[in-house]
Amino acid sequence: MSAVVVTGMGVVAPTGLGARRHWENTLAGRTAIGRITAFDPAGYSSRLAGEIRDFVPGEHLPGRLLPQTDHMTRLSLVAADWALEEAAVDQAALPEFGMGVVTASSAGGFEFGHRELEKLWSRGPEHVSAYQSFAWFYAVNTGQIAIRHGMRGPNGVLVTEQAGGLDAVAQARRQVRGGTPVMVSGAVDGSPCPWGWVAQLSGGGISRSEDPDRAFLPFDVQAAGYVPGDGGALFVLETEQGARARGVRSRYGEIAGYAATFDPPPRSERPSTLRRAIELALEDAGLEPSRIDVVFADGAGVPERDRVEAEALLSVFGPYGVSVTVPKTMTGRLSAGGAALDLATALLTLRHGEIPPTVNVTSPVPDYQLDLVTQPRRRPVSAALVVARGHGGFNAAMVVTR
Amino acid sequence: MNEFTVDDLTTILRECAGEDDESALDGDILDVEFGSLGYDSIAMMETAGRIKIDYGVVLADDVVLSAGTPRELVRLVNLTMVESS
Amino acid sequence: MKRRVVITGVGLVAPGGNGAKQFWDLISEGRTATGRISFFDPSPFRSQVAAECDFDPELEGFSPQQIRRMDRATQLAVASARECVQDSGLDLRAVDPARTGVTVGSAVGCTMGLEEEYRVVSDGGRSWHVDESYAVPHLFDYFVPSSIAAEVAWEVGAEGPVATVSTGCTSGLDSVGQAVELVADGLADVMVAGASDAPISPITVACFDAIRATTPRNDDPATASRPFDRSRNGFVLGEGSAMFVLEEYERARRRGAHIYAEVAGFATRSNAFHMTGLRPDGREMAEAITVAMARAAVEPGDIDYINAHGSGTVQNDRHETAAFKLSLGSRAYETPVSSIKSMIGHSLGAIGSLEIAACVLAMENGVVPPTANLHDPDPVCDLDYVPLVAREHRVDVALTVGSGFGGFQSAMVLARPDRVGR
Repeated sequence: MSAVVVTGMGVVAPTGLGARRHWENTLAGRTAIGRITAFDPAGYSSRLAGEIRDFVPGEHLPGRLLPQTDHMTRLSLVAADWALEEAAVDQAALPEFGMGVVTASSAGGFEFGHRELEKLWSRGPEHVSAYQSFAWFYAVNTGQIAIRHGMRGPNGVLVTEQAGGLDAVAQARRQVRGGTPVMVSGAVDGSPCPWGWVAQLSGGGISRSEDPDRAFLPFDVQAAGYVPGDGGALFVLETEQGARARGVRSRYGEIAGYAATFDPPPRSERPSTLRRAIELALEDAGLEPSRIDVVFADGAGVPERDRVEAEALLSVFGPYGVSVTVPKTMTGRLSAGGAALDLATALLTLRHGEIPPTVNVTSPVPDYQLDLVTQPRRRPVSAALVVARGHGGFNAAMVVTR
Repeated sequence: MNEFTVDDLTTILRECAGEDDESALDGDILDVEFGSLGYDSIAMMETAGRIKIDYGVVLADDVVLSAGTPRELVRLVNLTMVESS
Repeated sequence: MKRRVVITGVGLVAPGGNGAKQFWDLISEGRTATGRISFFDPSPFRSQVAAECDFDPELEGFSPQQIRRMDRATQLAVASARECVQDSGLDLRAVDPARTGVTVGSAVGCTMGLEEEYRVVSDGGRSWHVDESYAVPHLFDYFVPSSIAAEVAWEVGAEGPVATVSTGCTSGLDSVGQAVELVADGLADVMVAGASDAPISPITVACFDAIRATTPRNDDPATASRPFDRSRNGFVLGEGSAMFVLEEYERARRRGAHIYAEVAGFATRSNAFHMTGLRPDGREMAEAITVAMARAAVEPGDIDYINAHGSGTVQNDRHETAAFKLSLGSRAYETPVSSIKSMIGHSLGAIGSLEIAACVLAMENGVVPPTANLHDPDPVCDLDYVPLVAREHRVDVALTVGSGFGGFQSAMVLARPDRVGR
């Protein structure tokens, strides 16, 4: 089967707008977690988030798009712009239906929806915006990106919570293999409003710590929950031959392997299926576990979920068998956008030969037997595994290679 | 009741449908087609909804969509205001 | 070589009847299930009609905890998943869970549950800040509608690929299309796939009011959905779910399963034009149809029936009529086309799967369901829309299409596996 490579990347993350800034901050271990600024969090049980604070939509997007778009749609439009710009795709040279888009979404445009719900219930139906008919729904980013760039090929939208960022890219890979020359894929999420915040808090597992450096400690003996955030990444995917034929210079790596599994219901006797997802992804990539240089772990930050992930990694790679890192300790968990961002960071790691650190984790649980990267490690990296686990039991694993 | 002016309309258009650069609605736009100004049918529905809320003027759907230019829309709003007062 | 994928079980909950049999009776008799909205007082709204399901989760055997934690869309999905598995005769315990997956399409997810909970935590929209202490623990499951697919997966014991597919009003086709690809590529042997939506809530009704997409024909709800008719003036909101058991063909044959149809071809395209508007020429839908036919290895002349998107908006009806002509040429005029939305309304993401069900039941029964309320066709819509009364007509190959906000255009070809020409 033809190799599918990433030739462009757009990153919109708490750690930085643009891949370069995100990479610099991530490598330097600069955390972006802090007290919420999008609204006053004083009245809520948790008050920390990984927010994107320096994004001014009007600097990047035409004014006409602003009244009809939610925060996360604006971010994803900008990420798509940057990814396509970097890949330097010449649309005129492509067939009419030669470009498509698949994104993952978690909660859609929730902040937009919050505003309209408030108008409806406090003022009445005729105050509800015409844009509510599409601005909040899960398909909006795929639709808006397709419109902005005239992408008339295959499309898709997946909702598998955190796992979605990888699931979408895998579906895009399938479309590229099926003959669509160029696909844009990935995920951007974010619900920076009180209604979205309370909805996230209801899921349990969110840290109540007030200390940005101690709130999110995956695999640590003091792990006590995670911190949510907003952002994500979008990619340009095409075949290796296609990229070569059009003289592409920048190539981050190949989407070499992928698999998705689903866990049995809560309280089931049956074990988690995460190990199988990892093994199938390696098999799909045609790689032995020993060929993986680094794992970007899901890093739930909730002890029970950390344990399940650590056991899966231990069973596949052996004790201290592979470098494991969780750069999302600097951003928090960004739902589907988080898995896409991890994929971006993994691809940047391949390119730069330096593994970014897991910050703030000082006492990894000894039983997990993980070689956790807490300081940047400079070494050639030819293959990385990204693990993403979505609320409810969704597991996805993706292998990227140089 | 006060007259509905083109300035009132541009204020609403800015809020409801945005503008691509700060000055797009500043010039003489009275006879420029809404389509050329970049406003589609959804933008016009949103605008009509706001005119209803702010000015109490209910425009029929086909009336909203038939108004091709700001001048026509302003005229129709004022006509409806007079008829219903 | 891609594996072939067939439908071996059908389950559904639709307005006017739960279960495949009642659904078929309704649509083949040309009866309508549209009426005045009963879920809330619709009088402040422009459009006050909808097609509601008569569905009581308690009677359907849901436990109190399931009822509490599942949004209505999830309940509908789980109920139809149960029916399709039972209908397939498949013993799920005998299937490797790792090789079983689930995809559920949904355009608006758990919107009813979200709106109800929003009203509580905001105390009726009183303030921008909301009261966390009133939030229910399963609010997160409404927040991210991957929960719909998760509940179905738990119900059927799937541990393979599982996802909610949310491409707006084509979700019901795209979800099945994706499941078929997974089986065809060998990533699963059995998929329980379909779609569900329960959007009849004030916020949804209000937003469609705002763009005049839904019909204001409040004085005659039973005939409010009038696709292709000159008097149509918008769609009627609906709800429902349809789920299918999809199996690899040889496997289904080996176990002697009843095979409804092969999902022979599928394609999706974007119009990249407008979030709600359609290009009048139907170019992208035509392309999706052409590609789906090519994948199914059928010619326009092989198509015996077209299940239209037929939402009953002026722009849609003209758009897809143009798309049929563009993709099928002169055969478009000779092929019966009908819209079951005339009878059960438009259940957004769910309808694509309900329309697949209509196609396979048409194949089973040798009857094409009609387009109800079609007395006076729009002159621009000049195809054979099977007005008012069902028609006896052998269907070996059916085409079903969908079109939705965001510019999504999808097409699927369903065929008897043993049809001539394969």
